[in-house]
Amino acid sequence: MDDVADALPIENLIRRDRVHGSLYTDPAIFERELGNIWYRTWVYVGHESEVPDANDFVMKSIGPEPIIMTRDGRGAIQLLHNRCPHRGNTVCVADRGNAASFTCPFHSWTFNNDGSLRGFPFPGGYQGVDRSRLGLGRVPRVASYRGFVFGSLTADGPDLHTHLGAARQAIDALCRTSPDGEVQITTGFLKHKVRANWKLVVENETDGYHPAFVHASIFRVAQSGIGSLYSDDSSAVARYLEDGHSENDLRPEFRKRDEPLGWFGTSPARLPDYVARMEAAYGADEARRIMIDGTPHIMIYPNLFIAEIQIFVLQPLAVDLTVQHVSALQFKGAPDLNRRMLQQTMGSVGPAGFLLADDAEMYERTHMGLRARDPAWLYIGRGLGRERRDENGFRVGAATDETPTRGIWEHYRSLMRTAQP
Amino acid sequence: MNAAHDYRLIADVMQFIYREARLQDEHEYEAWEALWAEDAIYWIPAGDTIDPDKSMSIVYDNRSRIALRVKQLLTGRHFSQSPRSALRRVVSNVEVIAADGDTVRAAANAMLFESNIKGETLWASRNEYTLRRAGDDFLMARKKVDLVNKDKALFSMAFLM
Repeated sequence: MDDVADALPIENLIRRDRVHGSLYTDPAIFERELGNIWYRTWVYVGHESEVPDANDFVMKSIGPEPIIMTRDGRGAIQLLHNRCPHRGNTVCVADRGNAASFTCPFHSWTFNNDGSLRGFPFPGGYQGVDRSRLGLGRVPRVASYRGFVFGSLTADGPDLHTHLGAARQAIDALCRTSPDGEVQITTGFLKHKVRANWKLVVENETDGYHPAFVHASIFRVAQSGIGSLYSDDSSAVARYLEDGHSENDLRPEFRKRDEPLGWFGTSPARLPDYVARMEAAYGADEARRIMIDGTPHIMIYPNLFIAEIQIFVLQPLAVDLTVQHVSALQFKGAPDLNRRMLQQTMGSVGPAGFLLADDAEMYERTHMGLRARDPAWLYIGRGLGRERRDENGFRVGAATDETPTRGIWEHYRSLMRTAQP
Repeated sequence: MNAAHDYRLIADVMQFIYREARLQDEHEYEAWEALWAEDAIYWIPAGDTIDPDKSMSIVYDNRSRIALRVKQLLTGRHFSQSPRSALRRVVSNVEVIAADGDTVRAAANAMLFESNIKGETLWASRNEYTLRRAGDDFLMARKKVDLVNKDKALFSMAFLM
């Protein structure tokens, strides 16, 4: 165990209404986060629809580490480390493809796409060797929920169902927006890099206080309805869902407006095919309810952000370097909606996105600001005086309150206090 | 005459491309927007995107989205370009690929140095242009910026590429 990191009194750096700036900038804390969070808890890796056919593979990650996600010959999803068990070379340098096996270029050891060793050249040199111990490293725990594949690099711990908790209902609601009940990730990813700590990104995803200011430029010129959702007049709420997960629940506002597809800034008349398919699938009344409520805005800790029409997958590379992988959501059975999802996502996100370039600017400037030493603490107390419990016992604040941020830090504190496995 | 040997045409194309580069470097947003044709497409692919109607691109703007991009920059509150990046680019290896009536296809290499409050970044690309004759000048009907490192994670680039 790392003595320096272990000696850090991390619980002393997190208070109910403030957190210490060193949590974002200290390299020793980052190293400890890798062990206590990224290589321990459930981390989102990829979606089953990214490897639709047998032997498909795509390069993914858990924390800074590359992970190969494959669909093996029997159709099972496998998560493999990209490291030859012989002398450590990479066995795959492609971003995606279709391959029944991976061959290390160094000495030509070959592995099946479930990780098992298929063979090595000149086998006479390995007499009596147990081949079953010489496969690719496999992620010890792999589980899916509604097609979303998660991995945990620790063999023991709560199962995925427990880890997701209330986030499962959000994923269910997301899938219901498809006439076929399924979402797909089929449009590829933009990879947007920021010179900032990953936790600044996590917090921002359900921060309802910043949009009116950070995104004022695009709201002004694009007649966007998003701004009013995150205002003092909004009936939307910020909610901490426990287990690190948080959401901006916009449904109260959408229900008040009572406009199907208003959440997507459009109307049934402009997406007649989608509306007909939804009504056929769910009946007119339920379809209308689904189309009024819209899709979730939820941060599933520590790295999956479902943002209405797109997903972001967060990847920490270093204490001050983070990548957001972002893709448009696609709903099975909804081609006309999907085209608009892709167009709107491309306009909003990524390195040149109307929204995300400005979010990225805030992450980076905050990280720069944290280099100043005084005041040493950040204040996260917005809305503490009006926070309440909802009917399910979850903490809820107004649309612009820092209820999610406080919950995220409480969860972080519990993860970081426990000893590394 | 073979377009590749039409030196008058090549000179006109080069002057147009250099002017566009200068307007971009100097953040002359409205003058840059005026270079575009009404049916324009401005495309910066990502990763291995082949069909921008099916896969994510960094930028895939039609004419109205180009206008929106410029409007956002002109608010002065598009924080990723406020303060603006200092930019200087070299566009070279200009080739006229084909000329057909009023339409000219050309390509060039570009190297761009960016300095902003967060650091310095070097960008490199192959740029492909479809230009259309408009009086003595051209309009851009299509520009594709094919970044050398489009498969990698990239820092923000909200300036004009």
